[in-house]
Amino acid sequence: MAHVLTTEILDAEVLNTVLLDRIHALIAQHKNMPGALLPLLHSIQDNIGYVPEACYLPISKALALSVAEVHGVVTFYHHFRRQPAGRHILQVCRAESCQAMGSEKLEANIKSSLGIDYHQTTQDGAITLEPVYCLGNCACSPAVMMDDEVYGRMDNQKVAELIGDARATS
Amino acid sequence: MSNSEVKVQSVKIYVPRDSSALSLGADRTAKAIITEAHNRGIEIELIRNGSRGLFWLEPFVEVQTKQGRIAFAPVQPKDVPSLFDADFLNPQSVKAAAHPLNLGLTEELAWLKSQQRLTFARVGIIDPVSLEDYLAHDGYKGLANALKLSGADIVKVVTDSGLRGRGGAAFPTGIKWKTVLDTPSEQKYIVCNADEGDSGTYSDRMIMEDDPFVLIEGMTIAGIAVGATQGYIYLRSEYPHALKVLNEAIDKAKKAGYLGANICRTNFSFNLEVRRAAGAYVCGEETSLLESLEGKRGLVRFKPPLPAIEGLFGKPTVVNNVISLATIPIILHKGAQFYADYGMGRSRGTLPIQLAGNIKQAGLVELAFGATLRELLYDFGGGSATGRPIRAVQVGGPLGAYLPESQFDTPLDYEEFGKIWAVLGHGGIVAFDDTVDMAKMARYAFEFCAIESCGKCTPCRIGSVRGVEVIDKIIAGTEHSKNMQLVRDLSDTMLNGSLCALGGMTPYPVLSALNHFAEDFSPRNSGLNQLLNQEKAKAA
Repeated sequence: MAHVLTTEILDAEVLNTVLLDRIHALIAQHKNMPGALLPLLHSIQDNIGYVPEACYLPISKALALSVAEVHGVVTFYHHFRRQPAGRHILQVCRAESCQAMGSEKLEANIKSSLGIDYHQTTQDGAITLEPVYCLGNCACSPAVMMDDEVYGRMDNQKVAELIGDARATS
Repeated sequence: MSNSEVKVQSVKIYVPRDSSALSLGADRTAKAIITEAHNRGIEIELIRNGSRGLFWLEPFVEVQTKQGRIAFAPVQPKDVPSLFDADFLNPQSVKAAAHPLNLGLTEELAWLKSQQRLTFARVGIIDPVSLEDYLAHDGYKGLANALKLSGADIVKVVTDSGLRGRGGAAFPTGIKWKTVLDTPSEQKYIVCNADEGDSGTYSDRMIMEDDPFVLIEGMTIAGIAVGATQGYIYLRSEYPHALKVLNEAIDKAKKAGYLGANICRTNFSFNLEVRRAAGAYVCGEETSLLESLEGKRGLVRFKPPLPAIEGLFGKPTVVNNVISLATIPIILHKGAQFYADYGMGRSRGTLPIQLAGNIKQAGLVELAFGATLRELLYDFGGGSATGRPIRAVQVGGPLGAYLPESQFDTPLDYEEFGKIWAVLGHGGIVAFDDTVDMAKMARYAFEFCAIESCGKCTPCRIGSVRGVEVIDKIIAGTEHSKNMQLVRDLSDTMLNGSLCALGGMTPYPVLSALNHFAEDFSPRNSGLNQLLNQEKAKAA
C-alpha cells in the first residue's frame, strides 16, 4: 500500500527532542547554500544515522519545498536510509569487475552467514547489509566496504574476520 | 664538522595511502614499519604517497636513495622485521638487494617504464596533500601560463591539444569551453563530474586521492578561461577517502592563495567546493548530475538546451570529467602540440587505462591512444588472475560492449572502437575468464539498468525490467527463438528511444554478448527443456 504522507503521520513519529533540535540546527546551518537539499540530507544522515520522516516538514519549510519534493529526493538516492541502520554497514560490490572474481559466491555466503538479505540488519543490530555498484577498487576485486573502509581481494574467511571484528566493536 | 660527525639524515620511506592500497592493508604495513624502526632505535621519515598503480604489488613500499626510490613489494606486516634485518633502509647493500621483496629501482620497472604518464605524472610519487611537493613537481606551472593568456587563448590551447572528454562521451573539451566562454552571463560554473560509477574504473579516484591539486589547478584554469568564479566537484558517496583528501587540498590551496579571491594576486577569483553524490549511477550523466547539485531528484534533462548554455541553476556551465580537468595543467604547461603529439587519428594524447576484474597484474596504465587490447591484457596484465583463458572483456563500464578474443587486436582509439560497435568510455577494462556465463552478464546489464534508471523515459524504465524477464525466458528455453527476437527488438527500442546513455547503451553489453557469445544463450539443459515443452504441448 502506498504510504501517504500527512502532517499527522509526521507528528506521530516519535523523535526525541534532542534529535529534533539537532535536525533544526543542521537545517539552519545548510539552508542558505545553493542546492542545499543534498548536503543537508547528508549531514542529517551522518549525524543521526538515517533521515527520519519527521524532518521532512521542517526541511520543506526551510527550503520552500513541498513535503512531497523532500520525500521524492530522499527516496531517489540509494544512499539515504529512512530507518536506523545497524552499528556497522557492510556494502558488498555486485558490479562486473567483482563478478569476474567470484563475488556472487561471496555475496551468497555473506547473506547466509549473517542470515539476512540486502537492505536488512542482523538480529543483534551489528550489521546492515547493502549492495553497492562499484567501490572503485576494481584492481583488487572482489571488494567490500565496512563503514568507510574498503577491503580488497576478499574471500569468505576474510569477510568472516571483518564481520567478527565489527561485531566486537560498538 | 668532520665526516664522522655528520648527522645521518633519516631515511625516507613511502607507503601509499591510496584506498586500494589501504584495502590491502597499507595502514597496517605503515604502522609495522614505524613500530619496528622505533624498537630498533632507527630514525625514519615515513611519507604516505599515492599509489604507483601496480595494485597486485600493494602495499608497495619504497625507500629513497640517491639513485632513486627502491621498491619492496608487496609488504605485509609480517615481512617488516625481515626487511629491517636485511638493512632495507640501505637498499643497495648486499643483504637488502638479496631480499626476495626487493624489486630494484621503481622507475626501472618495465611495467612503469613502458607507460606514458602525463595526467598521472605525479601520482604515486608525491605526498598528495603536500602543496610544497606538488609545486616541486611542476605543480601550478599550467596556471602560471594560463594567467598570461586571454580566456579565448586558453580555450584555443585546449582545443588545439585535441583533448576529448575522458568521462566517456569523448566530446572535444575545447569546444565545450568555447560555448561557455561565448555565452554571456554574470555567473558561470565549472562542474567536475567525479561520480565515477563505472565498474572497472578507478582513475578518477586515484587522481583525487593521489594528486588532488592537479584537479584543483585544472578547474581553476577552466574557470579563468570561461569566466566562471565557482566550481563544484560532484563526488560519489562511495569515495570517502577522496572526500577527505580533496577537502584538505582545497583548504591548503585557499590558504596559499591558489583558490578564493585574487588568485596569485591577480584579479581572478575562483571558489571550489566538494559536493557529495548519494549513490545514484545515473547522476554520472551530466544533466542528471546538475539536477542533483541543485538539490533535486537526479532526473535526466532534455537537451537542448546544452549545459554549456543553460547548466547549473540555469547558468552556462562546463561539466567535465576528473581526468579531462586533471589533464588541463600539463597541456597549459607544456603546450597543445606536446599533448597532441601523443595518440592516433582523432584520439589525441593519452588515456589512463584501468585494468580490472580477472587479471593477474591489475592496475593503472597510462598510454598514448593506439595500444591494442591484447597488449594491455597480456603484456601489462599478464593474462587472467585465475590462469584460465580470457574469454570476454568489457571495456568502458557497465554500458560498454563485451569483446571476444577475436577483437583483442583493436587499438584503443575512440573511432576504432566505434567501428566494432564498442566504446572506450572511461578506459576501464574488465577481464573475464572462460567460466563466465554471458547470458548472466546480459541479464545483469538489464538488471543494473532497472536498478539505476531515473524513471523519466519509458524505454529505460520499463525496457530494463522487461529485458531481465526476456533473458530469464531465453535461459529457461521458453519460446526460445521468439524471445531471442524479442530481446533484439527491445534493445532496438532502448537504443533509439531512451533519453540518455543509461537506457540507450544498455543494449551494448546485451547485444554484444548475444552476437559474440551466442552459445551461452541456448536454452539451459536444452534437451530436457524441449521434452518438457513437448509434454506441455501434448497436455494442452
